[in-house]
Amino acid sequence: MTFRSDVGLVRAVDALSLYVNPGETLAIVGESGSGKSVTALAIMGLIGDSGRVERGKIVFENRDLLKTDEAGMRAIRGDRMAMIFQEPMSSLNPVLTIGKQVAEPIVQHRNASWPDALEQAGELLAKVAIPDALSRLGDYPHHFSGGMRQRVMIAMALACRPKLIIADEPTTALDVTVQAQILALLKELTHETDAALILITHDLGVVARYADRVMVMYAGRVVETASARALYANPQHPYTQGLMDSIPGVDGRVGARLITIDGQPPDLANLPPGCPFAPRCQYVADVCRAQQPELETVAVEHLRACFGYE
Amino acid sequence: MQAYVVRRLIALIPTLIFASLIVFVLMRLIPGDVIDMMLAQNDIATTQDRAAIEAALGLDQPMYIQYFRWIGGVLQGDLGRSLWLNTPVTERLAETLPITFELGFLALIVALTVALPIGIYSAMRQDTAGDYITRSFSLIMLAVPGFWLGTLVMVFPSVWWRWSPALVYTPFFEDPIANLSHMIVPAVLLGLSMSAVTMRMTRTMMLEVLRQDYIRTARAKGLSELMMIVRHALRNGLIPVVTLIGLQAPLLIGGAVILEQIFVVPGMGLMLLEAVFQRDYPIISGVFLIVGVGVLLINLLVDLSYGWLDPKVRHR
Repeated sequence: MTFRSDVGLVRAVDALSLYVNPGETLAIVGESGSGKSVTALAIMGLIGDSGRVERGKIVFENRDLLKTDEAGMRAIRGDRMAMIFQEPMSSLNPVLTIGKQVAEPIVQHRNASWPDALEQAGELLAKVAIPDALSRLGDYPHHFSGGMRQRVMIAMALACRPKLIIADEPTTALDVTVQAQILALLKELTHETDAALILITHDLGVVARYADRVMVMYAGRVVETASARALYANPQHPYTQGLMDSIPGVDGRVGARLITIDGQPPDLANLPPGCPFAPRCQYVADVCRAQQPELETVAVEHLRACFGYE
Repeated sequence: MQAYVVRRLIALIPTLIFASLIVFVLMRLIPGDVIDMMLAQNDIATTQDRAAIEAALGLDQPMYIQYFRWIGGVLQGDLGRSLWLNTPVTERLAETLPITFELGFLALIVALTVALPIGIYSAMRQDTAGDYITRSFSLIMLAVPGFWLGTLVMVFPSVWWRWSPALVYTPFFEDPIANLSHMIVPAVLLGLSMSAVTMRMTRTMMLEVLRQDYIRTARAKGLSELMMIVRHALRNGLIPVVTLIGLQAPLLIGGAVILEQIFVVPGMGLMLLEAVFQRDYPIISGVFLIVGVGVLLINLLVDLSYGWLDPKVRHR
């Protein structure tokens, strides 16, 4: 997938392959600029005019979305698949009532009348645990706190009972205490409708608690993918290990320095020829600088893209 | 809400007093006063006549006394009498104000029907040929003075096709079609000049709004482009545009003065122009008072419309 930019075409995501099953939660982990969000937007068909998927397939319910026209994508978006964004403060329209915004997909995709759709919106808001939901249909986003707005976003995403929900860092902008509530709610509701959930995050703590499978991305490439359990028990890629080590623990020594991964992620417009992580890798070998590693199976359902270290 | 409106209305008073004072003084500072004009027309020029006329019109008094007399009348709803025709100014305003109001209203409709769709189109097709063409058009409309375009419209069609715009005013309620066929040309010219800035503002605001996260949310819901614009983008984008329309109200009146003159529309603008030439002070003061009240009321309406457009303002 490439983007036009001031420095020419930038390959934001390369050689990515993922699948997610109904009822399953796949976490995509990586730091800023690793291509997580762009991948999500590509699935939704929302990358806009500057970006383009050069090659590949995105298959959803036996349809190749890259071959689906805009009208076809509109029929799928909000109905069969929905997305929850990172910024609940700005993702809701400030001049429309909450009820209208939640009811909108129902009107759009189910041909429901506004009164019917608003009634359903009230039920949805109750489901995402907004107190006194019915009376809040006429309220505007600025009456709601960040956590409440993210609940509204979840209600909106769930309005048509989609089969795939993509949540792009849904809790990054929220207080820590609210984060757990939102994720638990999201998990519970997707479970209820047997929807697949793609959870994009940079928080490995979130992954451990809520994901079934994990895909770790670095510089637009998948570096490791495994079940959440296997990844925690036995991280295979040096980058994943680095991420694990840099989680501050409560059992650590007081005053101990946080462990960090040295260096910066590479510039996507100017990637090194070999493994993109090579410049920061403590196990780097000559081959890493010359050649890009491919994803290889290291255990059952556990793949990594690394030449080497044991 | 009501208290707010009342407070705003009271706040108009000092502004109006200040504005009327400026107009009152400035008009009397123009070289050649009304007496000179009258004497020049009647070929009598003795100092006795001059003093007699001055006294008869009350112009022999010091300026501040004249002002207080006038403002005292205003408070009782009396704007004085025309120095030339001796008719009450209120009567003349009642004749001419509706005509200018009609012209301004038509111009506003023209301006908005041109500016909003083109501004939205231009924003959605940013940096395409269509965008460049509409933006160039708006720049031209902004740069070309109304009086020049008005003159062209008067002259060239009559030279080329032996057609010229109607120049006889018919009251709207007598014959709406004759009235509109006369008013439409100055209204379109006035509207186009106003549409230029409005269009650019609409385009800028739509571009700004289309970048917002909630537009992406609307897209993610599978809304069509049209629904997204109508339901999600337009209302957010229009808030500053409405402000701009309010700010343009005085320009509308200024433009009306010139176009009424060219197209012989017997409105307030034409009356004002004649009054300035004749130094008919009470008419001039009366017109500016009405214009001042009009502009301030439009600004109040604009402020009130925020409450409708922006729910955050409403609940504050």
